[in-house]
Amino acid sequence: MSDTTFTPELEAPSVPLMPLSDLIPYALLTALLAIILFYFVGAEEGATSVFPGMTMHEWVHDARHLLGFPCH
Amino acid sequence: MDSQKIVRGLLIRGMLAGLAAGVLMWAFGYLFGEPHIRDAIAFEESISPPSNEAPLVSRTMQESLGLLTGTVVYAIAAGGVFALVFAAVFGRVGHARPRVTAATLGLVAFVVIVFVPFLKYPSNPPAVSLDETIGFRTRTYFVMLLLSLVAAFAALRIGRDAVKRLGTWNGTLVAVAGYVVLAGIASVLMPAVKEMPEGFSPELLYSFRLSTLGTHAVLYATLGLGFGALAERWISQVRPAAAGTYRTSSLSAGAPHS
Ligand SMILES: [Zn+2]
Repeated sequence: MSDTTFTPELEAPSVPLMPLSDLIPYALLTALLAIILFYFVGAEEGATSVFPGMTMHEWVHDARHLLGFPCH
Repeated sequence: MDSQKIVRGLLIRGMLAGLAAGVLMWAFGYLFGEPHIRDAIAFEESISPPSNEAPLVSRTMQESLGLLTGTVVYAIAAGGVFALVFAAVFGRVGHARPRVTAATLGLVAFVVIVFVPFLKYPSNPPAVSLDETIGFRTRTYFVMLLLSLVAAFAALRIGRDAVKRLGTWNGTLVAVAGYVVLAGIASVLMPAVKEMPEGFSPELLYSFRLSTLGTHAVLYATLGLGFGALAERWISQVRPAAAGTYRTSSLSAGAPHS
């Protein structure tokens, strides 16, 4: 991998795309949404519940096991 | 070109690559993961017969639309985060072109988010874990994931100084070693989970765990390569000044140009 990384034709000039401060609002919003989505796929109706019942748990149950989240 | 537009473009491309990855993960999981989940459920029912109540969601639905929902939602969220991390590191950490940066990021993300937490707390098919320890297992799993991320962030900081003093190759090695040591310490300090029902097939356990790694490999390969290609084209489009320095089509990508 490293052999190709340093081949000259693969190199581009080192220019950050934008100041990090411009990224912050997008980063916060994306992180928040992603954490909510990860939570519902990975953990809801397991150790903790936002909604009553087990329907959401059962709906994404196989993904939960396959992706490596703790289940049963 | 204002950065708002560049970030939004990258974010959309990350989520699109995530959508594609989620569908591919479902196909992989359906073919290579579900057979083991079925076997594990058969084992579970052989040791404790199921109740006669109909399940809330049928097994057919869980394997098809249920699994698809899970992989697609997970992968779109991962794609969005991936795009933003890419936007932050491109041109800051290393000097590789967009495609190479994204592919490297995919590999790093797989190791930090999946492989290292998996080494401590590997995935388990149904029937293996105890219901009463779900709280403990959930906490330890997420703490281990968090510690792996913190170790990676610390390694990045270590690497920045090391690259300045020792050069790119040796500095990068120092950063990798820093991550391995920190994640190793975290892994040793975290409590073990040892739950395994009598008579559970070790072969089934191994195959299931392998299918977990495979499913995540599909995700990060698709994000690393698919998002990388989309991002490179987008950056050349919005940054015409940079476009001359690297080509985007596969035919010309290998040709030297300077
Ligand atoms: Zn389960």
